[in-house]
Amino acid sequence: MLIAQGYDLYQSSCSSCHGIGLGGIAGVAPSLRGVGPGPVDFYLSTGRMPLENPREEPQRAAPLFSRGQINALIAYVSSFGGPPAPVANPAAGDLSVGFHQFTLHCAGCHQIVARGGLTLGAFVPDLVQASPQQVAEAIRMGPYVMPHFDYHQIDQHKLDSIARYVLWTRQPDNAGGWSIGNIGPIPEGMVAWFLALAAMVLVARLIGERLT
Amino acid sequence: MSGEEPTPVKRFARVLALLLAVRTLARTLAGREPPPPPAPESEYDPSQRTVPANRQAETVVAALLLVAALLGCGFVAIYVALQTNTQLLGLALGGMLVMLAAAAIIAGKLVVPQETQVEERGELLVEDEAEEVVETIEAGVEGISRRKLLAGAGGAAGAAAIAAAATPLASLGPRLRGIHDTPWHHGVRLVDEQGNPYPAGEIQVGTFYTALPEAGGSETFGAGVLLVRLLPDQIHLPAPRRAWAPEGIMAFSKICPHAGCAISLYRYPTYEQTSLSPAFTCPCHYSTFLPGDGGRVVFGPAGRPLPQLPLMIDDLGHVRAAGAFPEDIGPSWWDVHRGQS
Repeated sequence: MLIAQGYDLYQSSCSSCHGIGLGGIAGVAPSLRGVGPGPVDFYLSTGRMPLENPREEPQRAAPLFSRGQINALIAYVSSFGGPPAPVANPAAGDLSVGFHQFTLHCAGCHQIVARGGLTLGAFVPDLVQASPQQVAEAIRMGPYVMPHFDYHQIDQHKLDSIARYVLWTRQPDNAGGWSIGNIGPIPEGMVAWFLALAAMVLVARLIGERLT
Repeated sequence: MSGEEPTPVKRFARVLALLLAVRTLARTLAGREPPPPPAPESEYDPSQRTVPANRQAETVVAALLLVAALLGCGFVAIYVALQTNTQLLGLALGGMLVMLAAAAIIAGKLVVPQETQVEERGELLVEDEAEEVVETIEAGVEGISRRKLLAGAGGAAGAAAIAAAATPLASLGPRLRGIHDTPWHHGVRLVDEQGNPYPAGEIQVGTFYTALPEAGGSETFGAGVLLVRLLPDQIHLPAPRRAWAPEGIMAFSKICPHAGCAISLYRYPTYEQTSLSPAFTCPCHYSTFLPGDGGRVVFGPAGRPLPQLPLMIDDLGHVRAAGAFPEDIGPSWWDVHRGQS
């Protein structure tokens, strides 16, 4: 029943790029056979799919499908096999371990408090809206140009810890009292420089006098 | 996130607007200053001015200095008593500096007698004298019969003097030997951080690993290498390197040849036909290297390809180095390719 509903949704919304039999279309979109439930849930629940133009980078958006429709599509695509959906349990994770692992594997692109950035040819999304489930799915599958990480690199405890850390970055402690949007150490430092410069120029103008 | 949430760009724009407002305010304040004193025509010289003793100002300055001293002692006290409270430490030190600055400003304005003197500068170019000098110099060469010989000899002497002065540069040193050697040689096994070997069958496409030389020590120069597996149609190695990537497994130096940062970013496309080829990126300056093309630079300031380590797979299926790095690794310098055939 669920699979039948998923079949209908797939044929109307996905098959023009991924092919009628999930086999993919060369030069347009990859095959979905054997991907399992994780990638389907990730791409649909973050609104990255369906994509208007298959050459565009999928960006986060409001999901097109309801939760029930996504479950139906997951059931249909998973009926072709694939690994089980990854899970993350932030409560079982350790914030300190998560911070360390995030620094090691993720911060290079996603920035240390997960505000995203740029890499050559692609935008790196911020993770403010990412749910623990989506974090786990992204780590295991490697969406778009992100590499995937297997159990040898990030085991389940580390995965739980990273998910916990990503939740923490939604409202990180701002030791200085002012976050400036958590845009990274260099622009934050430049704000301090410009403010201090302006203050010093102002003071210099007030105390100085000109000889004509 | 709602649409009204200010983005970092908007916030930055606001800060800029604030700075402009501060500037405008400063200009307005400056405009309200009393007009400059009259031009120096009479015997009254406005650039000289004295401030009579001002007991009140002196008291204020002394008070500010004492507060500064108090804050300085407070810094020491906080450091000894609380240690980790950086906010209080910064407040104390910053407050002290502000008090010192305020004291200096008030002292300069109201306490210290001020006088400014202007000294007229003499005329720089007196044309008659300049002509005389030119004549003297021109007269100097009259009567010399072998000018070319003298000029040539002078040039030779000058060149020799410069060469003699520069020669001791050759004694600078010592000449570095260590940077030409890494722990990677024929047969060295690649291991992970825990010291476990990498079975070739477990190296997956689409992710990357950091490998160390077995028994080489992770702190040794050039120990860390990047390990990836690519699909056959993603590999376009030059002919002499065909054998370096058994089963599509390749290793590259983890040290960026630009500034020596550890390369820690790997981009692997989910679907290469509509996005990008696999690439390593250095997080410092975004130098980007294509492993499939033997480490070719496609972006960023790196001046040469990422050095590749030849690999082989032993009888147990473990990944081993098939030789040393063929060129020097690490940040580049002028003869980094020396020794390469």
